[in-house]
Amino acid sequence: MSKHSTASGPAPAAPSPAAAAPPPTPVADERLANIGTMARLLRRPEIGALLAAVVVALFFFTQNSLFLKLDGISNWTDVASTIGIPAVAVALLMIGGEFDLSAGVMTGSAGLMLGILATEVGMNIWLAILLTLIAATTVGFINGYMVMKTKLPSFIVTLATFFILQGVNLGVTKAITNQVAVSGLDTAAGYDSANKLFGGSFWAPHDFRITVLWWIAITALATWVLARTRVGNWIFGVGGDADAARNVGVPVNQVKIGLFMTTSFVCALTGIMIALRLASTQAGQGVGDEFQFIIAAVVGGCVLTGGFGSAVGASLGALIIGMAFIGIQFSGWNTDWRFLFLGVILLVAVLVNNYIRKRAEGARG
Amino acid sequence: MSATVQSETPLLEVRGIGKFFGNVTALKDVSVQVGAGEVTCVLGDNGAGKSTFIKILSGVHRHDEGQLLVDGEETHFSSPREAKERGIATVFQDLATVPLMSIWRNFFLGSEPTKGRGPTRRVDVKFAQETMVAELRKMGIDVRDPDQPVGTLSGGERQAVAIARAVYFGAKVLILDEPTSALGVKQSGVVLRYVAQARTRGLGVIFITHNPHHAFPVGDRFVILNRGKLVGAWKKGEIERDDLVKMMSGGAELDALAHELERELQRPEATA
Repeated sequence: MSKHSTASGPAPAAPSPAAAAPPPTPVADERLANIGTMARLLRRPEIGALLAAVVVALFFFTQNSLFLKLDGISNWTDVASTIGIPAVAVALLMIGGEFDLSAGVMTGSAGLMLGILATEVGMNIWLAILLTLIAATTVGFINGYMVMKTKLPSFIVTLATFFILQGVNLGVTKAITNQVAVSGLDTAAGYDSANKLFGGSFWAPHDFRITVLWWIAITALATWVLARTRVGNWIFGVGGDADAARNVGVPVNQVKIGLFMTTSFVCALTGIMIALRLASTQAGQGVGDEFQFIIAAVVGGCVLTGGFGSAVGASLGALIIGMAFIGIQFSGWNTDWRFLFLGVILLVAVLVNNYIRKRAEGARG
Repeated sequence: MSATVQSETPLLEVRGIGKFFGNVTALKDVSVQVGAGEVTCVLGDNGAGKSTFIKILSGVHRHDEGQLLVDGEETHFSSPREAKERGIATVFQDLATVPLMSIWRNFFLGSEPTKGRGPTRRVDVKFAQETMVAELRKMGIDVRDPDQPVGTLSGGERQAVAIARAVYFGAKVLILDEPTSALGVKQSGVVLRYVAQARTRGLGVIFITHNPHHAFPVGDRFVILNRGKLVGAWKKGEIERDDLVKMMSGGAELDALAHELERELQRPEATA
């Protein structure tokens, strides 16, 4: 910890001989180098997820060696990317101290809106994408505004949004298409170019998904924002202690509402990617996925009460989930087991996080 | 030292200040001042009006009566931000720092230094870390690792981070709200040393406390509030520690209470 000077010599230039302590003269800091690399590493939120990812990868590799070949990797990075993109946004929101339970269903809403605009209304797909993103961001704004205005827990407010969107998804889709899905996106104008950017694949024989590149880019961007921008510092501040942050002039409401808007925007983007790739969207798409996003964020080191976490961690969490889903298939087991896996890994992650947080908040290292 | 200070205009002064909430008088006819390089201790028990007093000085409440003078100029603060811009910084006991954030991130929260332009505009981490280490060193705290979370610091050191931050961002007057009340004896001593250091660096400090033992060693002026009114004001040397303690604990009231209890004990049937 810090070292208090106990020097008690006469103060050289002090204007008064009064009770004032002599100006402190800290000793040159010879202990600086002694901070263990280990201690530094343990302070990183994502270190647990990184270790877990390695263990999980090696485990499934022992079950089926295809798992770590390029064809195998393209499989699980595909699954991980569409969990990881929203998980990064959800992680930022969690660091900012809030939840969004409507994140999963939002991917479905976006896909359905895009599909209806493109096929039923006959809009160019690019215009439909733009309108869908605007609509989603508006829902995010409403989520954030309601939470800040009512001071209710975001858990409850976004639970309401979740059910409202789920109802709208089913109701509107059935009313317009007489089915529980919207399909035929690939017939809309502009589909090919949009699909190339959002839904396609690259690296020919192995067919990596383009969403993997988006995932990496979004993780990098979020990491930059958190680590190196003023807004990033504010996100940690409003999540760690909103009152303290407000006292030093951080615009708490704007930061939190902005995070809700970002989350809805990114989730809608994910929904658009999935819809383009499949050229259709089911009305039930995305329901329940919000828990996968939250699990990814928590496994990646986000603390449930806010103020601590990382974007890289959330992506590692998504990677673990993706590896587990595909690994269980590759191993020839019943895929229902993946839920058990999710539950166990979440429990372990929460216990580890709790321990780390206690150390960071209270313990004297 | 006080001789030179007194002739100057006080940095912050209130004259006959009063505040009412409906028909409740929270504060009435209170006059306090603090000059550069001075510590004014405001003492009072719970309900004495200390928090109303702080809130007027820090711009949270507007006063209803009397005058508030900054550098001799009469002012009404309309917001805490305005008070801050005039160089009056308030360090609240619990609401000062974010435990999970690193020391340097806490130090610059809300006022982060940046470099670069447009999309490459970023927080100048190196400058922020070096400045924080240098500023805390001035207070006698040797930070080994700027990335260390504030939560791992002791309560006294956390107060020091908040004080150093206020000083760095140009505070001329520091209002400390019960900085020692949640701390143990040793940690309280640490905070008192920071208070003395802030004074040595030429700041005016208003030190709010209910503990006369903490006030006496660092104070240049002492003011006691009780039930929203000024009980008395003294300069250093005009009052002894014992008198201060006695005034604070309501010496006269305690005597009366002792007397009353004595009578009750002598006549047990009176209570029946």
